[in-house]
Amino acid sequence: MATTVQPVEQQNYLNSNYGIKSWLLTTDHKRIGLLYLMSITLFFFLGGFFAMLIRLELLTPASDLMQSDNYNKVFTMHGIIMVFLFLIPSIPAVLGNFLVPLMVGAKDLAFPKINLASWYLFMLGGVVALYGMVTGGVDTGWTFYTPFSTTYSNTNVVTVAIGVFITGFSSIFTGLNIMVTVHRMRAPGMTWGRLPLFIWSHYATSVIMVLGTPVIAITLLLVALERLFHIGIFNSQLGGDPLLFQHLFWFYSHPAVYIMILPSMAVISEIVACYSRKRIFGYNFVALASVAIAVFGFLVWAHHMFVAGISVYAAMIFSLLSFLVAIPSAVKVFNWTATLYKGSVHFDTPMLYAFGFIGLFTIGGLTGLFLASIGIDVHVHDTYFVVAHFHYIMVGGAVMGYLGGLHFWWPKISGRLYPEGWAKLSALLIFVGFNVTFFPQFLLGYLGMPRRYAAYPEEFQVLNVLSTAGASILAVGYVLPMIYFVWSLRYGKIAGPNPWNAAGLEWRTSSPPPTYNFEETPIVTWEAYNYDEISEEKGVEVAG
Amino acid sequence: MEQQRETAAFGMWLFLVTEIMFFGGMFCAYLVYRVSYFDAFVAGSQKMNITLGALNTAVLICSSVTMVLGVHAAKTNRRRATVLFLLLTIMLGLVFLGIKAVEYHEHWIAGEFPGPNFHFDGPDPRHTQLFFSLYFAMTGLHALHMIIGICVVGTIAYFAWKGHYSSEFHTPVEITGLYWHFVDVVWIYLFPLLYLISHKH
Ligand code: HEM
Ligand SMILES: [Cu+2]
Repeated sequence: MATTVQPVEQQNYLNSNYGIKSWLLTTDHKRIGLLYLMSITLFFFLGGFFAMLIRLELLTPASDLMQSDNYNKVFTMHGIIMVFLFLIPSIPAVLGNFLVPLMVGAKDLAFPKINLASWYLFMLGGVVALYGMVTGGVDTGWTFYTPFSTTYSNTNVVTVAIGVFITGFSSIFTGLNIMVTVHRMRAPGMTWGRLPLFIWSHYATSVIMVLGTPVIAITLLLVALERLFHIGIFNSQLGGDPLLFQHLFWFYSHPAVYIMILPSMAVISEIVACYSRKRIFGYNFVALASVAIAVFGFLVWAHHMFVAGISVYAAMIFSLLSFLVAIPSAVKVFNWTATLYKGSVHFDTPMLYAFGFIGLFTIGGLTGLFLASIGIDVHVHDTYFVVAHFHYIMVGGAVMGYLGGLHFWWPKISGRLYPEGWAKLSALLIFVGFNVTFFPQFLLGYLGMPRRYAAYPEEFQVLNVLSTAGASILAVGYVLPMIYFVWSLRYGKIAGPNPWNAAGLEWRTSSPPPTYNFEETPIVTWEAYNYDEISEEKGVEVAG
Repeated sequence: MEQQRETAAFGMWLFLVTEIMFFGGMFCAYLVYRVSYFDAFVAGSQKMNITLGALNTAVLICSSVTMVLGVHAAKTNRRRATVLFLLLTIMLGLVFLGIKAVEYHEHWIAGEFPGPNFHFDGPDPRHTQLFFSLYFAMTGLHALHMIIGICVVGTIAYFAWKGHYSSEFHTPVEITGLYWHFVDVVWIYLFPLLYLISHKH
């Protein structure tokens, strides 16, 4: 990569027009991706703020920083913001929005206006949820369990549930848009077998969004109706069954955890191939594994209910099915590892995140199997072991993937390079900070510390202090990229179309891309990840 | 154009799949509860006004017919016919909602609305109340879909009046038609499940 490229002011999606209206009324998928980026970054730091409050409270055994009531609200708001307002939209709505049309060689998504509408729905839902939070908050946990949420809680359940309900539609529309785009907008020659794995994973994610999200929507709506009109579908005093809520909730929310992790897997496949300079080992298996995860993911929900009163036989079947869902996940991990084998591996920042992802996701997945074994789950259910499990996957896995992807495609998005040294430092801080924060929680959970309490016995303090210390390191690691990404917008080196010599279609147009992505419709004649045909040195012009 | 039309139709079909999942949650709940609390559900179901329900079914089927005719008129460049059929569809939709309102009112008067004022003489009033909870939730949500449908058809009728559609371009009419038929089909399932299934002669 050249050191002094003169900035040439060519037309691109960023400078094609200016002014607030050209952003708020845009139908360009790239700009909408950036709108999402800004909004979810905001939500991420808000959620992070609540996380810090939790960790500060847990610094000492007594509940001294806040009372239980407030503590309940704080962890609920942390969970709701992070899950519904940050993690679920994160990769699909930011990177997916930006990259799916570029990767399949299309001008835009299939329904650009619906895409914009989905951002507005997201913001509306976010604002409604936040309104509910500032005017009293919610204390049900992100899971909204009945009968507490329908009958006993005297907080703003309805407002927040409606907020989440609305954001649900934004994710349905995003998924729908991606599916239709992949089906109908591919460039000539871009066959299903040539699609980047990023697209396969996003396709699988979209299937879940389209099939799963309506179920949580109706569930939350019923909770709201129950609070407002005393309709008794979950209320046992009115003949309903609270367990039904859990079934419906987890029917969505287990698949939803794959909404969070599949897009990260999408990112990792791209990064691993690029920085090992090899075709992904077992392309077909990785592609089909995405679909398998989406399908199996719908069959395991009751592993969240082993101790909630389901029958022994049901528990055994759901336990077995949960083990099955680990198989396609493992297939992916093995194939990434096999891709590394004898590859010429480069340790650039995105690759550091990819390594972080693979390691932490593996730990998260394996502890998932512990939890799916009924005997162990009875012991550690609703303890910090579960908290550690899902944070290894959702933060160690999903957020790492998100950040890795953001670094990898930042030159494409902004046309500028980020400062590599700082980026490596922050990747390291995040990895270390993450493990120091959450590994102790496995131990705490195993030793019996329950989740969702503001106070705990003295003997747990050492591990909790460790965890809080780790969280502080993590916070620094997250703030750094914020700063240097913004810095790079002005001062970063000009990236050029393909700074990493990567193979995807998105790298064959200028950075930042023009409004309609490609000067002329690309015609694809090569397989995905043809790194053997791309020379290390120049690479940009590839044999077709 | 053809490409664009198929893309839009595909999108609509996918959206309808999400709608199936949306109603599906409640249909599942209904079936499970019906099996568990059979007698209570039978008792509740016998309070349904079958005459009005059947009438409404007929009204909706007619509205589907007028919708089809409207789409066809748009395809064949008949602007006035398009508008007319779309307006008829709206009318029938409103009739449906009116009749539904009468039924709701009857239940309300009879103390069959769930909540503190619920009152029912039967073997298991608690679970009959559950039946009514589901009845109101499911038909209410269906009615909401009708209201949205009426607004959309109204918008389409306006644009048809303005001459936006032709044999070349009538995608919005067609897509709206798909939605309207879907909402009708939901009722085609609701009616037997809520009204007919436990009917005694
Ligand atoms: C690899 C296969 C996985 C298995 C077998 C698995 C298994 C489990 C089990 C059995 C539980 C219930 C524990 C309990 O409440 O006692 C659980 C909880 C959880 N898992 Fe996983 N898991 C897997 C992957 C994932 C992934 C990929 C994610 C997220 C991206 C995830 C997120 C969660 C969350 C959020 C919870 C806790 C929800 C709560 O109670 O608040 N899991 N997992
Ligand atoms: Cu699960």
